[in-house]
Amino acid sequence: MKFRGKIIDVACLNHFTRKSHICSKTLTKTCVLRLTPDNLFFILSEKVANGGVSMWCELAQANFFDEYQMEGVTQEDNEICLEVAPENLARALKTLQNAKALKVKLTKKHCPCLTIPTLSTVSRVVMHDVPVDVIPRKLWHEFKEPHMPNFDVSIYLPPLKTLKNVVDRMKNLSNFLVLEANMSGEMNLKIETDLVSVTTHFKDLGNPPWGEDGSQRDSDAMAQARLDVRRLQQFLMGQQVNPTKALCNLVHQRLVHLILLHEDVSLQYFIPTVA
Amino acid sequence: MDCVVTGGNVKVLAKAVHSLSRIGDELYVEPQEDGLALRSVNSSRSAYACFLFSPQVLKFCVCTNSTKQHKLSVQSVFRSLATLEKTVEKCHIKLDEQKSRLTFTLHCKHGLVKTHNLSFQDSESLQAVFDKDSSANIFRAQPRLLVDTVVHFPPSLEEITLSVSDDRMWFKNHVEEDAEPSKAMLTELCLSSDEFDHFSVQTQNSITFCLKELRGLLLFAESTGLPISIHFDEPGSPVVLSVTDSVLDGNFVLATLSDENNTHKRNSRSCTQPLPPPDDFMNDDMDSYLIAMDTSIVPEPSVTASAPLARAESSKHSSVNHRTQQHSEDENETDETDHTAGPPNKKFCSLFFGSVLPPPSQMSTQPITTQEVLASDSEEETQLE
Repeated sequence: MKFRGKIIDVACLNHFTRKSHICSKTLTKTCVLRLTPDNLFFILSEKVANGGVSMWCELAQANFFDEYQMEGVTQEDNEICLEVAPENLARALKTLQNAKALKVKLTKKHCPCLTIPTLSTVSRVVMHDVPVDVIPRKLWHEFKEPHMPNFDVSIYLPPLKTLKNVVDRMKNLSNFLVLEANMSGEMNLKIETDLVSVTTHFKDLGNPPWGEDGSQRDSDAMAQARLDVRRLQQFLMGQQVNPTKALCNLVHQRLVHLILLHEDVSLQYFIPTVA
Repeated sequence: MDCVVTGGNVKVLAKAVHSLSRIGDELYVEPQEDGLALRSVNSSRSAYACFLFSPQVLKFCVCTNSTKQHKLSVQSVFRSLATLEKTVEKCHIKLDEQKSRLTFTLHCKHGLVKTHNLSFQDSESLQAVFDKDSSANIFRAQPRLLVDTVVHFPPSLEEITLSVSDDRMWFKNHVEEDAEPSKAMLTELCLSSDEFDHFSVQTQNSITFCLKELRGLLLFAESTGLPISIHFDEPGSPVVLSVTDSVLDGNFVLATLSDENNTHKRNSRSCTQPLPPPDDFMNDDMDSYLIAMDTSIVPEPSVTASAPLARAESSKHSSVNHRTQQHSEDENETDETDHTAGPPNKKFCSLFFGSVLPPPSQMSTQPITTQEVLASDSEEETQLE
């Protein structure tokens, strides 16, 4: 199992740091880094007891790395699956803020490590050894790309910054909010407490075409999901850069599936509903 | 004692008190003929710091003949540095021995006067014995360099290991022996000698000391812009960090971890352990560090029951892996040499009373077990399918 990558372009480096931050900002203790010859994946799958949020972030390596070499477990399973603590990774990447080059390599030191040497602008080398756990192949099936849920409503999201503002305000009033949307481009965020009910309405958001939609769904009927506000905040926190496309699939009373598409990164986020 | 500190010097004094407060809870104040000494020592007496302000800083300093030291908590006086800088015009320090009170009077803008009366305790003179000028290794650097170095280490990190060779200095985080190695993230940073104002090495050594106190000194040095000198000899003997100006002199004496193994080695004149070669950042050979972590072979005896084919295959694998392992050993040379030398034992010597803590038991040197099988089960499963 071998892996090594190098970034020497500062723009790519900044880009990579930003993207990795999305994943490292999460509140979980561990995340999975899956490496394939073409892509890097940051995967999160929380236990249902802890909220059951899962995330799937896909980065095309060619857009970031100047050099990228890997050799998986075998020829057929040409992949590497590692478990890392996002906290450690975030700290290692913090060093990148004034770096001009970066290498990532899988090494075996006191334990398997992702060794990340960075070259700072004053030609100083800082090396971080981030301990990783190699995930055995028998567990890989847990980290496959999640299926697209059989959603009731699919809708484009309003600008994330606006959404974040609204959600942050709502957090002050309640821990749960109801997200509802329909196929006529309308989305509402609602909170209800004993004292106050607040609803924010978004209109004309548009519904993405998903091919022929055989459903006989009434285009004005709302699909609803009641969410833990913190989960939604967590998702919005990592999104400083507006994606090319942001959309939301709703399974009525079950699940919210958020998709963000950048040119070279795609991020999927699943938030289960709470009763 | 009766003295007045004015203008920018108040800030210097306050910063000094703040960085001393990183060391211990109590401050020892001793008026001397050549100025005012502020000292602090930590509870385990493994760190000591002293600032000596010359009379130029403390205008109208009238020192009584009393050479008594006074122990007190002063931090509360200079609680907020930010407001202090903006508002305080002068600070008047007065000792009233009759009432056993040390009075700090802060004269602020708009005629505001704040008076702090602090009670104190008389104490013996506190003085660490150290001789920094005879140290084998002496360095001097701008505070910025060390601030930029320390920033890469997490705030929770307790100790840091500093190693020197003829033209380089390494900083590494020190991982405690009992910490789980698979959890510890290691950070390493290398500075070349030309980043220092002064760099002289007589013995190539590595020492481990507390980061907290260094951070305290950096706080002071960064605000005053004074270069920091580092003096040290060998593991187990203290490292002295100092800042010097025409009007003030600050010394931080920190215990270093004594290194049993190294001491033995030193007797046989072979203490200079090879330091890692500088990372040649831009050109390196992929094969020099790629590693073989086999998830594919199954060396468990339980496998014997399975087909001979599996065995043949696994032995083939292991020979391949053995070859690659050699490469990885090259890469991990630094790591292994460290292991053979043994991580320093975590025993600080007391600086002041010469009492050395009982010799630590030999710690287990952990040779890197080659071919550690990670995820050994996976192949077995695929073969059974």
